[in-house]
Amino acid sequence: MASDRTMRDNMGKKTRARTRDKEEKDGETKMAASSSVLSMSKLIKPLWGGRLGNTVKVFGPTLTSRRERSSAAGENIPLPAKYGGRHTVTLIPGDGIGPELLNHVREVFRFSCVPVDFEVVNVNSAMTSEDDINNAITAIRRNGVALKGNIETNHTMPPSVKSRNNLLRTSLDLYANVMHCQSLPGVQTRHKDIDILIVRENTEGEYSSLEHESVTGVVESLKIITRTNSLRIADYAFKLAREKGRRRVTAVHKANIMKLGDGLFLQCCREVASGYPDLQFDAMIVDNTTMQLVSNPEQFDVMVMPNLYGNVVSNVCAGLVGGPGLVPGANYGKDYAVFETATRNTGKSIAGRNIANPTAMLLASCMMLDHLKLYEYASLLRTAILTCMNETRLHTADIGGQGTTSEVVQSIMKLIQSKGQLTTDL
Amino acid sequence: MLIARSSSPLHFDMTAVMQTVTLIPGDGIGPEISTAVMRIFEAAQVPIQWDERNVTAIQGPGGNWMIPPNTKESMDRNKIGLKGPLKTPVAAGHPSMNLLLRKTFDLYANVRPCMSIEGYKTPYTDVDLVTIRENTEGEYSGIEHVIVDGVVQSIKLITEDASERIAKYAFEYAVNNQRSSVTAVHKANIMRMSDGLFLRKCREAAENYKDIKFTEMYLDTVCLNMVQDPTQFDVLVMPNLYGDILSDLCAGLIGGLGVTPSGNIGTNGVAIFESVHGTAPDIAGADLANPTALLLSAVMMLRHMGLHAHAQRIQTACFNTIQDKRVLTKDLGGNAKCSEFTAAICERVQDLD
Repeated sequence: MASDRTMRDNMGKKTRARTRDKEEKDGETKMAASSSVLSMSKLIKPLWGGRLGNTVKVFGPTLTSRRERSSAAGENIPLPAKYGGRHTVTLIPGDGIGPELLNHVREVFRFSCVPVDFEVVNVNSAMTSEDDINNAITAIRRNGVALKGNIETNHTMPPSVKSRNNLLRTSLDLYANVMHCQSLPGVQTRHKDIDILIVRENTEGEYSSLEHESVTGVVESLKIITRTNSLRIADYAFKLAREKGRRRVTAVHKANIMKLGDGLFLQCCREVASGYPDLQFDAMIVDNTTMQLVSNPEQFDVMVMPNLYGNVVSNVCAGLVGGPGLVPGANYGKDYAVFETATRNTGKSIAGRNIANPTAMLLASCMMLDHLKLYEYASLLRTAILTCMNETRLHTADIGGQGTTSEVVQSIMKLIQSKGQLTTDL
Repeated sequence: MLIARSSSPLHFDMTAVMQTVTLIPGDGIGPEISTAVMRIFEAAQVPIQWDERNVTAIQGPGGNWMIPPNTKESMDRNKIGLKGPLKTPVAAGHPSMNLLLRKTFDLYANVRPCMSIEGYKTPYTDVDLVTIRENTEGEYSGIEHVIVDGVVQSIKLITEDASERIAKYAFEYAVNNQRSSVTAVHKANIMRMSDGLFLRKCREAAENYKDIKFTEMYLDTVCLNMVQDPTQFDVLVMPNLYGDILSDLCAGLIGGLGVTPSGNIGTNGVAIFESVHGTAPDIAGADLANPTALLLSAVMMLRHMGLHAHAQRIQTACFNTIQDKRVLTKDLGGNAKCSEFTAAICERVQDLD
């Protein structure tokens, strides 16, 4: 492990100093990361003028991984799978538009000389055996980080064939699904000024896949809510809110009907909230939440909720900011992190036609880079992606433009080339 | 009981037989909006007489709570009811009144047509869809257990009979209201058996209605597409929880619960139409309430009863009044009183005659 540490220290002068800074300060590491990105934005600003400076500030410091990697004593657990200065990340292409989008991600990474190697694990959704997904899970355990496309679930198959995506999430205990929905300046939407952070419990709730038919014609499906998981996700949400400088956390529930289940969830949220007096906490019933989201989404700040409501709310929010092609999502666990698009669509109908929007997947890969502490690369890519978004003629069909996926990717790479200090240095 | 039919939309049908409808004014603003609706119906000369009843829960002989027997008897006789908002007292010891009504009359389908109101601007225009929600089982079965301290299990119940019933109703509704497609909303990729059963029943019902287009869509896809382009949806049918969320989402698209009608269909021909907003105790009795939701629910009731001409007339009068913007209640952006708003609609209805 000492050799790993020295290897990491050989990253480069700038980054080495920053790494040391981060290792010394504990609670301020996150601030250091954010400030490094913000300082990068200041560097970029004179080149791009005011137009871009805002987008970087807006998207700059995304989720860092500090919180779940530091132990109680504050020392840093070395990142896994980093050999020779390069990280290895598991790549699961999935179905539909997954493979083509992930190919684009690889292309962009190769072009920008990002020190990440991908270990590709294919999962065949048509097969009933679970070998493929188990291989993928083993690979993620080995590498610690993954980037994936959505694996299709054929729901006409018998119930014994479980959803592969769900299996992955529960086996790796990726308990928090985090999604940041932000209005982008270059995208036309009905609502403006949306900036919502959604934290969704990812392993239990309605997705427990426990169903049985006790009497013919009567099916029972169990929704499990546990105290430990509810406390865990509430804690995650509040920590994230504090770290990101947010002010208000809203718990979404249906405790008036599911008094015990959602009641327990709400109670756990309240308990955790009492430990964060600087953050405002309130609760809202899920149907009222969706109504408020379509009429007045600016009121929401951070939202925390169980699994199914998270599914609904995250899709509503993604739709509000411009659609499934724009929002990246991350699944965090104690030891692993898996990045994907927020709304988890396979996009079967647009697969292979070069019209899919690569933004969500590319932004997810930037989140992954942040997680791997490759902050400069992350901000480089992110800046390029967001600049490209502001040029209306380079929008794909889903946000009202006529560009193709490859055109968008090419233009992103051109932007990286023209301003990437790192690529010009090499 | 003869159902009144108008020979042409502009002539009052002299052969109409008066039908009786049970009216439950409700609490808070309930009585004032019910009065408003009664006045408008009188102005439109709708052949309906009202049988006003009360639904305070009383404890029956067995110790279980029930609605007053004369109300039940009235509903069973009249079959059609119109209900205002009911207060659910917090620690009354009895379940909510809405739940009691639902159980008493086996109101299995909750229908909410969501149509954009021309005079009331929201970011979404041209919304015209109907959500049909299974109202008796699903996630709202109320069956929960604490297995071990700190682990709670809620049971979602899906039965073949209830799914079949709601699917059949959805297609019937589509046919009766000139709708072209029905979409089943589900999450069968995760809840394979339960939503799978629901989906199967919907597919089977679709077989009997070949001219109605049937599609299936995941709940998350529906939510995603609904906020981007709600015009692509027509009739949506779904289990209880998804229905709850989606129907409120759609209500939000057209302007909220203050302008959304709702109807509950039960077995034995019983149907109760209601406004789904709250009792608004802060403005109760101040003549400030907006009767639109209850009025549109009453219009839905007229359509259900076959009085299409009257229904269309009242709906047009209401929408024109809102579009005109001269007399609007506070929640619609104006300054008028409830009685003034009602009077404006009455005037228009009479003009349309």
